[in-house]
Amino acid sequence: MKRTGRIVTEATQAYSFSRRAWLLGGAQAGVGLLLAGRMAWLSVAQNAKYNLLSESNRVNATLVPPRRGWIIDRHGLPIANNRTDFRVDILPDRLPKPERERVLALLTKLLQLTPEDLERIRIDLDRAAGFQPVQIAEKLDWDRFAAVSVRLPELPGVQPTRGFARHYPAGAAVAHLTGYVGAPTAEQYRATHDALLVTPGFKLGKDGLEKTLEPMLRGKPGARRAEVTARGKLVAELATKPDVPGRNARLTIDVGLQEYAARRLGTNSGSAVVIDCRTGEMLCMVSMPAYDPNSFSDGISHLEWEMLSKNDHVPLMNKVTQGLYPPGSTVKPMHALALMENGVSPDERVFCSGALRVGTGVFHCHKRGGHGPLDMRNAVAQSCDIYFYEMIRRLGYDKVAPIARDLGLGQKFELPFTTQRYGTVPDSAWKLGKYKRPWTVADSLNASIGQGYVLTNPLQLAVMVARIASGRALVPSILADHVHRDAPALPFQSENLQVAREAMWKVVNGGGTGAAARLLVPGLSLAGKTGTAQVRRITMAERRVGVLKNAQLPFKLRDHALLVCFAPVENPRYAAAVVLEHNGHTVRTLDTPYIGRDILTYLLDRDRALATLAEVEPTWGGDIATRMAAEEAAYRTAHSPPPAAAATKTDAVVPSDAPAVEEATALANRTQAALSPDTPGPSVAEDGTTERSTDE
Amino acid sequence: MSARRLPEPLAHVPWGVLGLVVAIGLFGQVVLYSAAGGSLRPWAWSQGIRFFVLLAGALALSRVPERMWKAAALPAYGIILLALIAVEALGEVSGGSRRWLDLGFIRLQPSEFMKPAIVLACARFYDILPPSEIRRFGAIWPAALLIGLPAAFVMLQPDLGTGLMICMGGVTVMFLSGIPVRLFVGGGLAAVVTIPLAINFLLHDYQRNRILIFLNPESDPLGTGYHISQSKIAIGSGGIWGKGFLQGTQSHLDYLPEGHTDFVFATMAEEWGLVGGCLLILAFLLVIRWGIEVGQRAEGRFARLTAAGLATTIFFYVAINLMMVMGLAPVVGIPLPLVSFGSSAQLTVLLCLGILMSIDRQTRKKSGF
Repeated sequence: MKRTGRIVTEATQAYSFSRRAWLLGGAQAGVGLLLAGRMAWLSVAQNAKYNLLSESNRVNATLVPPRRGWIIDRHGLPIANNRTDFRVDILPDRLPKPERERVLALLTKLLQLTPEDLERIRIDLDRAAGFQPVQIAEKLDWDRFAAVSVRLPELPGVQPTRGFARHYPAGAAVAHLTGYVGAPTAEQYRATHDALLVTPGFKLGKDGLEKTLEPMLRGKPGARRAEVTARGKLVAELATKPDVPGRNARLTIDVGLQEYAARRLGTNSGSAVVIDCRTGEMLCMVSMPAYDPNSFSDGISHLEWEMLSKNDHVPLMNKVTQGLYPPGSTVKPMHALALMENGVSPDERVFCSGALRVGTGVFHCHKRGGHGPLDMRNAVAQSCDIYFYEMIRRLGYDKVAPIARDLGLGQKFELPFTTQRYGTVPDSAWKLGKYKRPWTVADSLNASIGQGYVLTNPLQLAVMVARIASGRALVPSILADHVHRDAPALPFQSENLQVAREAMWKVVNGGGTGAAARLLVPGLSLAGKTGTAQVRRITMAERRVGVLKNAQLPFKLRDHALLVCFAPVENPRYAAAVVLEHNGHTVRTLDTPYIGRDILTYLLDRDRALATLAEVEPTWGGDIATRMAAEEAAYRTAHSPPPAAAATKTDAVVPSDAPAVEEATALANRTQAALSPDTPGPSVAEDGTTERSTDE
Repeated sequence: MSARRLPEPLAHVPWGVLGLVVAIGLFGQVVLYSAAGGSLRPWAWSQGIRFFVLLAGALALSRVPERMWKAAALPAYGIILLALIAVEALGEVSGGSRRWLDLGFIRLQPSEFMKPAIVLACARFYDILPPSEIRRFGAIWPAALLIGLPAAFVMLQPDLGTGLMICMGGVTVMFLSGIPVRLFVGGGLAAVVTIPLAINFLLHDYQRNRILIFLNPESDPLGTGYHISQSKIAIGSGGIWGKGFLQGTQSHLDYLPEGHTDFVFATMAEEWGLVGGCLLILAFLLVIRWGIEVGQRAEGRFARLTAAGLATTIFFYVAINLMMVMGLAPVVGIPLPLVSFGSSAQLTVLLCLGILMSIDRQTRKKSGF
């Protein structure tokens, strides 16, 4: 260090100090400026950003789910409404893991949760995506709700809310009509990032009208804003933005009729549709058995889901639009019309000997001894198969099919349901396209009695009879503001339509096969046509030893029972179709003629209809809710599920898409293929179908 | 100061800077009053009493002649260094680091006293050193030792902020003493090289975390970065004029942590805005400038180095705290003197001011008569 030549004295040192002190002071002033500049940057340039952050700290906005629009019937009665609901949720984000068991234990005490509930909550908490609230309990009474509310400081993440819950007063009777609501799925949230979807208590339509009418029913959420501390303590309530309730959806349905029809179907696996013959409005659309949309909307347990899936009565399927059935003899009035439209005189007779030989095969009538000579009206009234075999053999089914389509079979109708199946009206072109085989006489014969390739859904059958009854091309509607009034007249001779109607009158009132459906309302009469659709082959061998009675057969092999009808005959007002799967005509009060009669009676003489129901309902175990409860209890006892199986399946498969429904529809198609005469093997005669009188 | 007609003891009181200090102190109490949600308790009242007691103490200290400080500098340094060792040996574990020495009736934080003591000690060392020696190696290593020992003990506690302040206080005196500038340039370069290594190998996990989070506060908005994020929100949302007295939401709703101690500036800025912040910064700068000027005016090497060094110590308090609060430095736990609630920093800064006034008084006496 000696190399510096400078001699440092006290004076130079003082000078150096002075310089360096000023330098230091300058540097300090510089830092001061820097700090002031930084502060200006934060508070002026970025003021907006930090203001926003400060506000989002301060104000805790919680969305208030909008009140869902009601679904009301044609008279304004609620089919789906909202009731006040006290509920408690957990926000998994805000519940620290170590606290979980303590919080759950306290909640169990306060809310009297069952071990099943607890198991479900644990599963849901494990699977929760953090932002998705997990339901602890809903539909709470005030006392239990208040008990949780006052102990909130000990319950991190727990959120009690007072909101609205969907309620279906008619329960299962409207399940397939309305569908149900449920919590949105994580995928739905990821797709839209709409904060409403993760708001506790918010539910959206999952199936049926609730789903298709979602945009109309939902409404706009409100917001509850509150000033909160960093620890989440409420300081002050700020102005609340009210929600905008969803719009009400008015249906053409008569909810009283809907509920009546559902109850009147009893233990059947079946469906019923009633259409207003003047406008095409659907007055009821019932598919039973069904699930309870109230319990579906709460999230159902695996056990319930399993019970519904395994039920051979397919409660998850809306049979009105998804069920496909061979229409059987119910198409005979329509075929009569087709014959007349193609020049056949209604007075021309065919001799029924009980069997008809075609080629190498023999086709049988349902009446073994034969009906003797029959004209058209009597052929319909007696449901003679030979008449239609013979007539349609002469005409060819290709002439019939267009008229079947004109009457609505195989047609798609614009209705707000997610899944509809439209069935088949076969003809030679269709067969060639689908099976690459030519149409045969046997095909015509099978189709002539509504078997073989013909498949329809119950709604189409109802439209068919409504069109015959009204003579107009009615289009079914279910939304009150989408009614297709002023349907055009059908392109048929009105005399021919009149003959078809007269024939149907004769079925019920003229010694025909449907006498049981005779209306008991004085001064009014009902016209109809019964049908039986076979779902199995009857072999030659079986025919020789005697065809098995339905009661001897397992449920799945029993015949379907069908009825189409309208009333009053003089001035048709209501048309109905009733289709009962595998009914087999085993119990009279549960068979189509009585059920059809009672459903139309409800519209014409309500007290009489209710009295009949009161009489017969106890014979099959009481009303819907009673029977469903008993069934569930029995299932629960039989299966004694592990608690996990009872846990909520929050993202349950929607009934319309349920495997059980797929399977039921696939079965209809398989049956159709199996019964088709083209399958190699026995002669056509063995494939002939029978019609048992429905009034035995 | 045309105070010649005042009685002798009052004539040599620097009224201007005293007024500034009182203004800063009172403003601090106003901020603490607001931080408590509009209440004198628990902070403003006790802080106020302590402030005026300590201010009286500082005025009393200003009567102590400069030679007493000169004589006490090295012994005081020695005693405090021993106390630091004692803290390391038997100090009570508190808040994850040992800082307090509990003497039964008072809890002392010896590291706090080391901040002025290191300045006095270094100043005394260069006072003793003959001027001709200043460019030799002998001018450096004793000072480095004086600084290094206490800094090492304080960092062992571990208290990074205080350790750094002791180093910077000492180094400032070395700089002012006339040691060749190139040594500081070289030292600075060495620091650039060693700091990352030190961060990786010498620091405790929580200290390393604080530094990493300082570099990217948004990476951990709910953890350690929460302090910085919320502090920036408080300052940024204050705007030019502030949200108004008692209107700060960040502080009143507890979003701002440590809003009455280390982050008191953010509490203030939220309610008083850029204007309040700049005035406070300006007030501090004026006090510091006065301190530097006292050094410029002072006679004698010890007085000069001490005055400028102590002024710089106050500067470091303010600068490090504000940089930390504004997100320009890691959270190191340095309070804002005279404003933050707490006795240690208040005590230290008023002690510094007392010594500065004492030197000032000495200078005026000589020049004034």
